[in-house]
Amino acid sequence: MVSIEIDNHIYQVPEGSNLLQACLSLGLDLPYFCWHPSLGSVGACRQCAVIQYQDRHDEVAGDQRDEQGRLVMSCMTPVSEGMRISIDAQNARNFRADIIELLMTNHPHDCPVCEEGGECHLQDMTQMSGHTYRQYRGKKRTHRNQYLGPFINHEMNRCIACYRCVRYYQDYAGGHDLQAMAAHNHVYFGRHEDGVLENEFSGNLVEVCPTGVFTDRTLSQHYSRKWDLQAAPSICVHCAQGCNTSPGERYGELRRVVNRYNSAVNGYFLCDRGRFGYGFVNREDRVTQAERVAEKSRESVRESLSRSGIRDALIEAIGPGKRLLGIGSPRASIEANFALRELVGADHFSAGLNNQQLNLQQSIIEILRTRPVRAPELREIEQADAVLILGEDVINTSPRLALSLRQTAANLGSKIADQLRIPVWQDAAVREAMQSDKTPVFIATITATRIDDIALKTYRDKPAGIAQLGFAIACAIDATAPFPEQLSEDQQNLAQQIAAVLKSAKNPLIVSGIGCQSQAVIAAAANVATALANRNSGEELQPTNLFYCLPESNSIGLGLMTSDEEGGLEHVIERLESNQADTLIIVENDLYRRLPPDRVERIFSSDATVIVLDHIKNETTLKADLLLPAATFAETEGTLVSGSGRAQRAFAVYVPTADIRGSWEWLSDMLALRNNEEKPRWQQVDEVTQSCGKAIGVLKGIADAAPDADFRLAGMKIARQPHRYSGRTAMLAAVNVSEPKQSVDPDSALGFTMEGFPGEKPSALTPYYWSPGWNSNQAVGKFQEEVSGPLRGGDPGVRLLEASTEPVKRWFETTPDVARGQGEWLLLPSYHIFGSEELSALSEAIIERSPLPTVMLTPEDAKSLGVAQGDGLTLSVASQSLSLEVIISDDCPKGALLVPAGLAKTAGLPFPYQVKATREIGWTRRLEVNILVSDKGTQR
Amino acid sequence: METPLTQNIGPGKLPLNLQEYRAAGGYRAAHKALLEMESKDILQLLQDANLRGRGGAGFPTGMKWSFVPMYKDREERPKYLVINADEMEPGTFKDRLLMEGDPHQLIEGIIISAYTLQAEVAYIFIRGEYQRSADLLNQAITECKAQGLLGTNIMHSRFNLDIFVHTSAGRYICGEETALLNSLEGKRATPRAKPPFPQVSGLWGRPTVVNNVETICNVPHIVNKGAAWYKSLSLTEDAGTKIFGVSGRVRNPGAWELPMGTPVREIIENYAGGMQDGYKLRGFLPGGGSTNFLTQEHLDLHMDYTSIGKAGSRLGTGTMIILDDKTCPVGMVRNLEHFFAQESCGWCTPCRDGLPWVEHILTEFEHGRGEIEDMEVLTRHTHLLGPGNTFCAHAPGAMGPLESALRYFREDFEAHIHSKSCPWTGIRGSHK
Repeated sequence: MVSIEIDNHIYQVPEGSNLLQACLSLGLDLPYFCWHPSLGSVGACRQCAVIQYQDRHDEVAGDQRDEQGRLVMSCMTPVSEGMRISIDAQNARNFRADIIELLMTNHPHDCPVCEEGGECHLQDMTQMSGHTYRQYRGKKRTHRNQYLGPFINHEMNRCIACYRCVRYYQDYAGGHDLQAMAAHNHVYFGRHEDGVLENEFSGNLVEVCPTGVFTDRTLSQHYSRKWDLQAAPSICVHCAQGCNTSPGERYGELRRVVNRYNSAVNGYFLCDRGRFGYGFVNREDRVTQAERVAEKSRESVRESLSRSGIRDALIEAIGPGKRLLGIGSPRASIEANFALRELVGADHFSAGLNNQQLNLQQSIIEILRTRPVRAPELREIEQADAVLILGEDVINTSPRLALSLRQTAANLGSKIADQLRIPVWQDAAVREAMQSDKTPVFIATITATRIDDIALKTYRDKPAGIAQLGFAIACAIDATAPFPEQLSEDQQNLAQQIAAVLKSAKNPLIVSGIGCQSQAVIAAAANVATALANRNSGEELQPTNLFYCLPESNSIGLGLMTSDEEGGLEHVIERLESNQADTLIIVENDLYRRLPPDRVERIFSSDATVIVLDHIKNETTLKADLLLPAATFAETEGTLVSGSGRAQRAFAVYVPTADIRGSWEWLSDMLALRNNEEKPRWQQVDEVTQSCGKAIGVLKGIADAAPDADFRLAGMKIARQPHRYSGRTAMLAAVNVSEPKQSVDPDSALGFTMEGFPGEKPSALTPYYWSPGWNSNQAVGKFQEEVSGPLRGGDPGVRLLEASTEPVKRWFETTPDVARGQGEWLLLPSYHIFGSEELSALSEAIIERSPLPTVMLTPEDAKSLGVAQGDGLTLSVASQSLSLEVIISDDCPKGALLVPAGLAKTAGLPFPYQVKATREIGWTRRLEVNILVSDKGTQR
Repeated sequence: METPLTQNIGPGKLPLNLQEYRAAGGYRAAHKALLEMESKDILQLLQDANLRGRGGAGFPTGMKWSFVPMYKDREERPKYLVINADEMEPGTFKDRLLMEGDPHQLIEGIIISAYTLQAEVAYIFIRGEYQRSADLLNQAITECKAQGLLGTNIMHSRFNLDIFVHTSAGRYICGEETALLNSLEGKRATPRAKPPFPQVSGLWGRPTVVNNVETICNVPHIVNKGAAWYKSLSLTEDAGTKIFGVSGRVRNPGAWELPMGTPVREIIENYAGGMQDGYKLRGFLPGGGSTNFLTQEHLDLHMDYTSIGKAGSRLGTGTMIILDDKTCPVGMVRNLEHFFAQESCGWCTPCRDGLPWVEHILTEFEHGRGEIEDMEVLTRHTHLLGPGNTFCAHAPGAMGPLESALRYFREDFEAHIHSKSCPWTGIRGSHK
């Protein structure tokens, strides 16, 4: 720490930081534009000017004291011991007022119709800098705007040329199709031509842009001001990364999702799937009413049920004596899954995955719990000094992780900068000094990935080959690890190179996952990590950072409560077919995404009554004898466990309409009905959380993920609505002129109101960031311990898994590749950030970006099959047969057919799988729209 | 009077080829430097000679070079020498004279300088319009390669050097050394923050020195004849000769190599032939468009860095532009500010948005629509866009002529406001 004087006060600030960062960390208000906490300093906007005096603050005062000082840009000035500065000096204030006046010369006065209005950093900074009177008499320059795709609006006239957008998009996110063009005051930020912004993290432009150039296009469809949005702390449900979000609601509709800062997890940024995938919550085909099949013979004839009707139907189905089976879901919360498990009993609870997926998931959990490995948070991932990605197309399966891996690759810059005595925050200089030097990253995947540009070496192969490479690396690090058979010389050389780099790294990172659907790949990654943990023989065991990408928001949470190895869906089929159950309860799980249709049909063709709890109509809900409307993440509380084993709580943003209730609430009622209890088993979600923590040892910590419902500050709850929330008395005036009673929230310390504790709140209960004078997302600075540091009081979330320190070396044995049958092809999955994940794929903006169902193969394989680009290929997958349009690409392993996973047409396909393929006769090349599951249902 | 820089240059005289240049004593300095001198000796020599950068800022060349890390082992990070031949300062054409007149002189200077800096690659970043210069330099480089003066093991000294001529795609800001480096790397020509200075992290993040053409052309002569000789060329304490130029309504506009410190009056009257008939000198920009006006009272000043600096302007490129009594000073400044506003790279706020405002006001003046308050706005900009407040020296340079015009020609500005017209052009105010 060094001591500096700011406006006659002495402060201690961290050595090596810049003045702007130091001032903001101290909570002082100093305006800025081009600086961003994660983009560093470039000194472009000149807004953060302060006066620096020549003499030190501890020098003898008197006549010699420098009173004039010198104007410096605080973002470009390193702090130094004894430094004396002033933010408040008149010459500094004048300069900052002049700068903002210049910035505003071309800025339109369109705040009333601008979507940034009310959360605009430019508005805030203009106020802060005190520019009120416009002297410039000239005309404003104007620009033509561009179409940038379904996510982002473009309004260049508002641009103040802070350059944050291109610095974020190109330097931070690795995008190529957003540039600064032209020069002087005509500088233009956009694409070379109209078109979709290609980068998977483009949505962050909305938050990075200090004004309304880039705004959320999905919000535009149903716009509301920030101050009119009711928000709650939430967790993204579109993969297992556990990004913290702040969704906003108005008039019972989810309007948008913005980032909620968590220094350990997502920092300042989300991926586009997480930001724009919320549309499923607002769909017209939401399940809003309880329904049952009216005539057993005709499934399509359904009737809505009244409250008492539901009760009667439930008593009939699950009453005492009925034999129950339950199917949980990795996309449902801990509480929903646990409530189901309590209802049906642990022995009758299925995780809702097929055997293969369950085994993959459980072996990952086994590895994380028993081996000397640590599932790192994103912040730790960004600090690795060598990375091996084994088998996972990260940007499409766990997108936010890919953005962090970019920062990992770039973190070598700080070392290079250190050597040249360039401060690490001086962004442009650091990037200049490092040029193309990067932290070594090795990527072994089935096909090319969109982060291959950060890789020192890439390797493409089928899963078996990728696993072999992994085993060989482990063996090269530790000779006691098993050596794989059939290793090619190329594989061997690459393995040696990778092993050498990982071995010499201080903080190596292994990334893998279930993307390859391969046990061998998961095992190989574990062997590499185990070998690394033991690499310094004689020294203490050093757990290796090992991150497995998992597909769903609560994969780990579900896995931690699944102990039964017979919890796969195949086992459920067996039990139903041997008539071991009267009633099957499926919670938030579309089984058609887990198994081929013929196998799912076997579940529904049994005699058991099927109860389904879900929020969107899908093929499974169509088969339900009794369908209960479940709340989405936006309408109920729940705990999710991320891929790093971090339990985090998501809170309801608003009260759902109609009969919609959280799954745990339905199940709580059902428990009471089954046991003839008067009251529901649990009154509050906290009780479920606590019961779960008590019942399952490894989940003990989940109750601490957030303060419970009884938490109060000065006797007050915390408001979900901003204090400027408007129209409360008028919103429903068209229905009823008397102001409705505020909804109460028994489940959390948050209120559905604008009244609440005005001061600092626990981080896990902070619905959105706002601070006086800071209406934009930049207000987050006021909630951090220091710039980019943890939130005050600690980042929300509780880590459930920590590295085992067991020094035993245990190896997974290598598994030889299965030979391909005559005339058979290996069906492999390819993943798509937009389309492969179930819930986001139901959201309009994401649908626009989803790929067509296609099959990819190499030119040679296409030749042998006699197909050309645009032809149809019919695949026989077990009893199923489907035809897909052919794409020919070198970027595909030989003998493999690559099919996008998780699309409506491909969701239940088994991967990897030996399939037969023939050319489809009479195929006409078509632009096939990605038909939604629910649409398919109505078409039938 | 010795004229080392232009000794081989004359009206109608073709540039010397390698053979001729050698016959005239060329490449002796290179031979001496590479085979008889060590890097540190040459550096010392330049420091002793007090050679100052001829690009405009006048920074001592020896000192600039001394910040470059020197290696014991050649295998360390590469270093670069970059020649700034992007001569775009309004009114300036001295480097063109040197490149078109005697390309081998520059090549020889580069060889010695690169050897001193241990740089094995040099770039000549040349203004796009200087096609003839680029052709001649490329021709000279080809000749040198064929004769073992460039390439590997030059003159058996074990020193290697390649020179590449890069023609600029345009933009004045490329003359700013760090913007030049970005442009050379294929990036937007936006200046870089200093520190880090190019000597630490320059071209492709490697130690780099950027020098002006004229500066480097001095090097062979200093090596040949020594520091004392070089200092003796000058009339004042700033050493050497300097190419001075004059443009405007003089009888004989042009450029001449003269002793550093030659008085302004002597340059204008003896060499430029004095003012044309019917024109009187009202003021002059001593060293290009981005230097402050001086007036008649400054005619007896010595043209060197120190004297011109003391008078409140800069020697700049040493090529002056004359303002006569029949040209509207406001119009002249407007023309300059239009140029500077146009050539702003758009990176920092004061320059990007301040210069167009200044230009706008001056245009209003020229159309008789100036207002009293505008004088305050203009004055405010001269401070707001001053040194230290902007990212690079572009806007402060642009404020030079404005600030000095407001001082020396204030009554002309006010006349525009009061008469609601331009007294020179007669254009009267009207609403746009």
